[in-house]
Amino acid sequence: MSETGPTTSETTDAGVSTDGATPSRRPGRERGRADGKFGRYGGQYVPEALMPAIEELTDAYERYVLDNEDGFMDEFRERLADFGGRPIPLQRADRLSERYDREVFLKREDLLHGGAHKLNNALGQVLLAKYMGKERIIAETGAGQHGTATAMAAAHLDMPCEIYMGERDINRQRPNVFRMKLNGAEVNPVTAGRGTLKEAISETMRDWATTVENTHYVIGSVVGPHPFPVMVRDFQAVISEEARAQAIEKTGDLPTDVVACAGGGSNTMGAFAAFVDDDPVALHAIEAGGSTLEVDEEAGVAPNSASLYAGEEGVLHGARTKLLQDSDGQIMESHSISSGLDYAGVGPELAYLVDEGRVNPVAVDDDAALAGFHRLSRTEGIIPALETAHAFGFLEEHHEDLGERVIVNVSGRGDKDLDAAIEETDKRDIAEAPDMSMFTGGI
Amino acid sequence: MSERVTETEANVETGNSAAIAAAFADGPAYIPYLAVGDPDYEASLEYVRALDRGGADVIELGLPFSEPIAEGPTIQGALVRSLDAGMTPDRFFAFAEELDVEAPLVCMTYYNLIYQYGSGAGEAQSASDASGTTASGGPRPFVERAAAAGIEGLVVPDLPAEEADPLREACDEFGLDLVFIVAPTTVGDRLDRIMSQVSGYVYVQARLGTTGARSDVSDQTTESLDRLDDYDVPKAVGFGISTGEHAERIVAGGADGIIVGSALVDIVADGVDSDLSTAAVADRLEALSRELKDGAERGYAARAEPTGAQ
Repeated sequence: MSETGPTTSETTDAGVSTDGATPSRRPGRERGRADGKFGRYGGQYVPEALMPAIEELTDAYERYVLDNEDGFMDEFRERLADFGGRPIPLQRADRLSERYDREVFLKREDLLHGGAHKLNNALGQVLLAKYMGKERIIAETGAGQHGTATAMAAAHLDMPCEIYMGERDINRQRPNVFRMKLNGAEVNPVTAGRGTLKEAISETMRDWATTVENTHYVIGSVVGPHPFPVMVRDFQAVISEEARAQAIEKTGDLPTDVVACAGGGSNTMGAFAAFVDDDPVALHAIEAGGSTLEVDEEAGVAPNSASLYAGEEGVLHGARTKLLQDSDGQIMESHSISSGLDYAGVGPELAYLVDEGRVNPVAVDDDAALAGFHRLSRTEGIIPALETAHAFGFLEEHHEDLGERVIVNVSGRGDKDLDAAIEETDKRDIAEAPDMSMFTGGI
Repeated sequence: MSERVTETEANVETGNSAAIAAAFADGPAYIPYLAVGDPDYEASLEYVRALDRGGADVIELGLPFSEPIAEGPTIQGALVRSLDAGMTPDRFFAFAEELDVEAPLVCMTYYNLIYQYGSGAGEAQSASDASGTTASGGPRPFVERAAAAGIEGLVVPDLPAEEADPLREACDEFGLDLVFIVAPTTVGDRLDRIMSQVSGYVYVQARLGTTGARSDVSDQTTESLDRLDDYDVPKAVGFGISTGEHAERIVAGGADGIIVGSALVDIVADGVDSDLSTAAVADRLEALSRELKDGAERGYAARAEPTGAQ
């Protein structure tokens, strides 16, 4: 296992702004806004046909999101409150606090409408598309969480919506496909490659290249060409803006550690954004270690999704970032027990923050994540998404390296994962798991 | 460097490669594209030779990338077949070296393959430390190797002009042209920025979207050619050309060359689906090439004739 980050807990009242205000223009929040660069990462590596759309979107991001033109951000916050249910509680996890002998707080994004943090971004982008005068929404989805969030937001804002989803993911995530259709979205199966998230992103970019004039592409994470990484971060930053103020209100101080799972990295950047400039707060990005960190170069398969921890610099889907790739630069097929983390790339800002030593990347394997899933379910009465469960796998293994006040971002709830949880639990011997015999006899 | 084409006094100042400049010097250039290694290495050699016999003036060779975001279903299919048959950058260069064709060769691929070449990325992945240190070499080793293999130019659909300086410098160092794609939506400052980076020829994308054969040729083509009129670099139009009649119309409309990919790849795909012999597929590729080349010549002749409007 990797070493964990600094375990500073020396936050002093004098050094911390405890008025609850969360300036959105501190240096860490400004990063990337002007030029889409995070050190050597980021950029706009897209086909020329997409460039005008990217430039138009950049202009709209600067006007509506950064400058609140026409009251865009006011409407966004109001809709997040009324439709989404924000603010979301920061809950003290009593039994985990006792178990790990430190204060453990849960940022309950699983309580956001839709059951995951994804709505923060989807609602922001669909609303932005409306302000831009676009008439159609497209999006990719892997596990289906971003697709369902986008479909909800599009229905809420009365926009036609099409979702691209890998054929294999469609078969793995049938309830989410049905949810999208219930909200009126079209779901287009993608059969290229292995039929998972990276193929769905490529296919959505192709659609956009044909339809840029009337269509907005709601990308699902802090990935892709500028301005997507900064824009998605800014929409998701509400997570840490709230959490920072809530922590100060509850404990009188900043947390010592913030823990979030990382696939593409949208909940991660959302949970970190308001803390990046708070040097004493250690930030831990927990990636899917899959079954092993070894790669099969011959087959082009990495049985993990740990691009921050084990990836190499490269260019994918419009940005320079850290990737799982073979020695020629071909993108590997990633793997995780949680399809929401199953992506061969990661947001360029996270790649930068890891290189800078600001974010500590840790890989947690399938077994530890599944144990975390059962532990949180049993001890706190919260069934987490398998993505989120990786953060609890980390907590179990590394709590002794952490400070006194730990926030874990509960990025989503686990209802969508119950079939996978039954199947995967049955293969393992997990102390906290229920007796599986009545579930595996052919239900 | 390649000795395939005798140097002429063509407008070599527009590019690094005399062979590519020569291809545009004397009438319209027919520029076919195939994915190298589709459906396998040996057949692919025969197919590219057939393009050459059919009158190719420049040949674009696709080096397959696993995430080709600018390609439509036809060329995606070709790239998948090629990758499945084991194509790699090194085999691609061996292929270019083994080819014995007249036309100068241009490599079309995605930036990550160029960027990673020779860097050893991936090899140390499992042992990588968490500090994220990387040892990527940038584009220079790829360009050096391409030049040694006789490649005269590069087209990189996901590399915007803004990020192209390192590749531009390497291409200048090793005498390769760097071809950029101009879309129907490319105007103003963006167009100037691209045209300041381009060499050899500019790839005029005939319509929005991804690659793929179409029955119509867009009005956007004419507008694009008009917009590019002020720039002194050959203009080759691609995306959707599949018949001699298209080729004729586009060249008559002012194009200096035509780029044809999907219509040729369709023939290769049909050969796979119908289990045709390599020779039969090669004959069809050669025949379509002649049709396209003849169409382009007719369009050029029509343009050369004095007209009232001119």
